[in-house]
Formats: sequence, C-alpha cells, structure tokens
Amino acid sequence: MDAIFLQVLNGLDKGSAYALIALGLTLIFGTLGVVNFAHGALFMLGAFCAVVTRKILTLSKITLDPEKTNFLGKPLEIKTPYVELWWGDVGSWMIDYSVLLAILFAIPVMGIIGIIMERGLIKHFYHRPHADQILVTFGLAIVLQEIIKAFFGANPIPQAAPDAMGGAMDIGILFGFAEYAVIYPYWRLMYFVFAAVVIGGVFAFLRFTTFGMVVRAGMADRETVGLLGIDIDRRFTIMFGLAAAVTGVAGVMYTPILPPNYHMGMDFLVLCFVVVVVGGMGSLPGAVLAGFMLGMLESFSSMNEVKAIIPGIDQIIIYLVAMIVLLVRPRGLMGKAGMMED
Amino acid sequence: MLKYNDKVLMLVFAIVVLAGPIILAPFGAGYPDLLQRFAIFGILAVGYNILFGLTGYLSFGHAAFLGVGSYSTVWMFKLLTMNIIPGMILAIIMSGLFALLIGFITLRRSGIYFSILTLAFAQMSYSLAYSVLTPITNGETGLQIRLADARILDAKNDSGSLPSTNLFGLEMNDTWRTTFMGMDLQFNVGFYVSAVILIAAFYLSIRIFRSPFGLMLRAVKTNQNRLMYTGINTKPYTLAAFVISGMYAGLAGALLASMDPLAGAERMQWTESGSIVLMVILGGAGTLLGPVLGAGVIKYFEAIFSRINDNVLHEWFGFLPGFLENFMVWIVHPFVGKGWSLTLGAVFMIIVIFLPGGLMEGANRIGKRLGKLKRGSADNAKPPTE
Repeated sequence: MDAIFLQVLNGLDKGSAYALIALGLTLIFGTLGVVNFAHGALFMLGAFCAVVTRKILTLSKITLDPEKTNFLGKPLEIKTPYVELWWGDVGSWMIDYSVLLAILFAIPVMGIIGIIMERGLIKHFYHRPHADQILVTFGLAIVLQEIIKAFFGANPIPQAAPDAMGGAMDIGILFGFAEYAVIYPYWRLMYFVFAAVVIGGVFAFLRFTTFGMVVRAGMADRETVGLLGIDIDRRFTIMFGLAAAVTGVAGVMYTPILPPNYHMGMDFLVLCFVVVVVGGMGSLPGAVLAGFMLGMLESFSSMNEVKAIIPGIDQIIIYLVAMIVLLVRPRGLMGKAGMMED
Repeated sequence: MLKYNDKVLMLVFAIVVLAGPIILAPFGAGYPDLLQRFAIFGILAVGYNILFGLTGYLSFGHAAFLGVGSYSTVWMFKLLTMNIIPGMILAIIMSGLFALLIGFITLRRSGIYFSILTLAFAQMSYSLAYSVLTPITNGETGLQIRLADARILDAKNDSGSLPSTNLFGLEMNDTWRTTFMGMDLQFNVGFYVSAVILIAAFYLSIRIFRSPFGLMLRAVKTNQNRLMYTGINTKPYTLAAFVISGMYAGLAGALLASMDPLAGAERMQWTESGSIVLMVILGGAGTLLGPVLGAGVIKYFEAIFSRINDNVLHEWFGFLPGFLENFMVWIVHPFVGKGWSLTLGAVFMIIVIFLPGGLMEGANRIGKRLGKLKRGSADNAKPPTE
C-alpha cells in the first residue's frame, strides 16, 4: 500500500513538470497555432537562469590568508561572496535561497526572450506550412542549446535546494501510514505545490481577467476578435512571453531535482509533445490532465511488480499510450475536432 | 526508360561520384573515412527524400531504421560471414518489415501528428535498444564482432585478430594510394562499394520520381483531401513510399556497419533523425540532386569545421591588429571546433527562413539571374559582369 502511495507521489512530481511544460506549449499552440520545437530549449534556458543567478550571487572577493597555505604551498585563498560582505546574514540567506530568487530573475528574462522570439522569428512563419514551423524552431532549439553549451560547458551543473527544504519528510505519517514508511524529499513536494500554484494562476488569469477573456475569445475565433477592433496580435505576443515565463520557472524550480545540462531541453521536448498530443492540441486542461496522467503512468510502470510482468514497460509506456490515444481518439483526450487535421 | 535529360544527369552523377577521390582531394576531403560517409549519408538522404520530398510527410523516426539496419548487419557478421552481402540483404528486409509495421500505424494520421507518432516510435525503439533488448543490442556498449563468434560460412580464423569486413575477398578498408600532381589520392574499396550502391539508389530514385507512382506521391503532397474525394485510397502509396525510404535507411545503416563493424543505440536517437532532415532540407527537399548535395555539404563542413581550433583562427586573423584579432577569434570560436552544431543550427535556420527550397533553389535562382543578365546584355554584346 505504501509503495503505491509512493508511486502516486512520484507520479505527481513527474507529472507536474510535464504539465507545466505542456501548459506553456499549449498556450503557444492554442493562441498562435505554431508548433514550437524550441520549447524544450526554453525550459533549459529557465534552468540556466537559476545557474546564472547563483553565479551572480556567489561572485566572491578573494582575500589571501598569509598564515595558512594550500596544498601547493601558496597562501590560502578565502572566497567571500560580495553579498555576504555587504549584507552579512541577509547575504548568506540570499545565496541559500538562490533558487527561489532565480524565479524573480527568470520571469522577466524569459518573458523578454519569448517576446523577442515571437516578434523576431515566429511572426514570419504564421502563413508557412507547419513543417516549416517545426523545422525553423528545431533549428532554433539547436542554436540555443549550443550557445548554452559554449558558455556553460557540457557537464551538468548541480544546484542545491535551500537548506530548509533540502531534507526529506516523513509524509506517510500524515496519511496514516506507519512511521518512516513513506519518506519523500521536501523539494519534490514543493515542486508539486509550486506547479499547482502556477497552473492555477494561469487558469485564473485566463478566466477572471479582461485580458484573459480577450485571449480566450481570440483562441476561439481570432478573426472576429480582430474585426471587433482589438489588437489581438499584441495580446498573443504577450501570451507567448507568458508561456515562455511559465516554462522558464518550471525549469528554474526543477534544477535541484535534475542538475541542468545543455540537452535537458531536447530530452523533455519529445515527452512534452507526446503529452500535448495526448491531451489534445490546443486544450489547456487537456495538457495539464495528460501531464499528470502520463507522469503517474510512468512512475507506476517503473514499479518492480509491473516490470516483472512486462519488462521494459517503464521505458515505453508514455509512447505506447500516446500511440493508442492518437489512433483511437485522434483529437486527444480533450481536444477539439479538426485541430491540425490537415 | 529514362529521358535524355535524366540520362545526362545520371551519367554526370555517376562520373562525379566515381571520381570523388580525385575531385575532393584538393579540398582536403579525399580520405576514405569521409568519402564513405558522403556516399552512405547520400543514400540515406536520397531515401528520406522519397518520403519527405515527394509526399511531404515529415518523419522524425528514420534513425530507427538506420539502427535496425546496423544491428542486423552486425548480427550477420557475427553469425554467418564477414561478407557484407548477407548483412545488407538482412538489413533491407528487417528495416523494410519494421517500416511496414511503423508506417501502417503512423500513416493513419498526417501532418504534425504523423511527425510526433514517428518521433514516439523512434524514441521507443531507442529506449528499448538500451534496456530490454540488451541481449540483441548489447545495450550501451554497442554490438561488436568478437573472435569467438560463430561465422559458420567463413573459414576458421586462427590469426588471432578480428577479421575485417569484405565483399568476396575485397576488404573494405583496403586502400590503393597514389600521388598525382602532388596530391595524395586514395582509392578505397569501401568507398567504391558505397558509391556503386549510391549510384544505384540514385537511379532508383530517378525512376520513382518519373513514374506514375511518383506522380501520385506528389499529388498526396499537393492535396491529399482532393485525392481522397476522387475516390483514391492514398494509404498504399504513402505506405509504399515510407517502406522504400525505410529500406534505404536500413541499407545506409548496413553500410555504416560494414565500414566499421559496430552498432550502437545512439544511432537511433531522435536528434539523429533530425540531422537526416537537416541534410535533405539543406540540399532541397523534392529535388533529385538536393539531398545528396545536402548530405555532402553537411558531412564535409562537419569534418572541416571540427578541425579548426584557436591556433588556426589566430593564423587567419593574424593580419589584423592585436585586439581586433582577439575579438574576431572570440566571435568565431564558438562556431568552430566542437561548436560545429551551432553553425549547423544557424545555417539551417537561415536556409528555412530565406531559402525554403534549399541549395538547389538557390542554384536555380542564381541560374535565372545569370540567364536574365545574359539576355539583357545580348544586344550590347558584353559578357555579364561577375
């Protein structure tokens, strides 16, 4: 029983990453009708926002300690981060919580990157075939990931979670399991809560604000909204920025779980396309639902009991489900009929 | 039969390919390893073009067929003989069957759904090759030949060293070297085997392009709905194109394994499929020569760019004043050496944005421009200014 509960947690955890990326992908697809293969690269850029933030915060002043020597016999270098030098405890607190501060950093940066991407490149591809959109964004993804590789190297760069959230929690006890039966890292629980907040925020934004209302109207019938004298293009550009920011912060929060490397975007991209297709192209609730569902399926299929029956199922379950869904219900779980059916 | 123009094209193509070692030697690309890759990836691109260029179905799963081809060939090397013929035959059959299965399922959908389905299939084969299928694929190590392998058709091997792949006794890595006008020419058996197959593959692709079948595939690309409204079932045609291009990929995989008897799962990763797409797009999808050209250009610059390091760059920009030199080196540095993929990605984006027809369209445009110039200047009888 507790093993199943643990897999539920694992599934929620994986699912929240899938759901967040798929949400951003669907926002772009639903509004602009563009198939964005560079979306994984946005996730990766977000993760590297966290790396950069930490780098900036830990910029250190180097002082030499003449009394001690290092193993080469030279005077020992003592590195003190400037923020600690200037603000003392507040500074060390800032370094500790750099992942959370990186979110504040990533939102404007990713938003601007998204808007530049839309205005500079994708705008010119609205009237080109979908194959061209796929190809040009695929090229962009390669370029972005290679730029990151050139600056940060090919090795993963581990990021620590804040000390207070570093350990694990005996969450099973809250749900009436025996003590120490289900222990789960704090940060992964945090990630789930964070994903829920962001997803809720995006939905509330679309549901309860005038801006969101206009955007939803534009998603349903772009031309009519345009005829009513609303500059829908500008709003869609902002939505692209928002989608990039959502994906970016998803990447930032994921860094303590998976050390960011330059190809993490490509690794997630395929999965997230599958998620979006299963959920139904252009359907936001579908993307979230499919994200959590596939995350859950993936973690359950990696249980040893399941693997004993069908070996290797944990590797392919997502693709298998995607294929069955696409063949049986082509529009996905919650997609509209006729979406991209050309 | 071929029309006159196609016959000329075929003849010129064959001559250029067969004279490859001589033509490419002055460009520093005349060594066997690179020449073999030109020919093999040329075959791959020609095959992919039959699917993507003619029908417009964008498949992201062709690397899987490449992998299947390599694995089957290495298994033939292990079990039967080091002669490459049985390996190639099995590779074509296996990849054809595999393509039939995948195509039968994925071709029920079109457009982006098809791309994602093929992507899913390719990723699935890749993951399986790494995990459950390890007894067949040897997992991360990759499948290799060993001394202790059965090889029931070959004579007993007592030499103590691994046998090399051959074609009825002609060893693939045999090279006949000569020096001509100061150039080092290398005529390699492996290259010529691949080149002959490339020419055959190219001939088949011309025949397909000019056949009623090819016309039907073009019609699918232009407007599949209209075809279906007229009562034509397009599935058999697209499926046939998919299987043919899958077999081409399998054959290319077999040749890769023949040149270097090793098969690894990383050959099946989806970014590998992406690079096949890059070659075809770069050269010009839907044209006859484009894919071969694209494959050649990419493999050539890959080899050249990877060799450039900072010292070479400093030599290039040495004529500039110091700070400008360092600045230029700093700018160019990420694009060369290990940064070759960055250049490739950037070039690819530029091609898709400005020249959707690839290099062939660029050549056509230049040709037209020159033609216009010639006609314009005919009355004052001056050659066009270059």
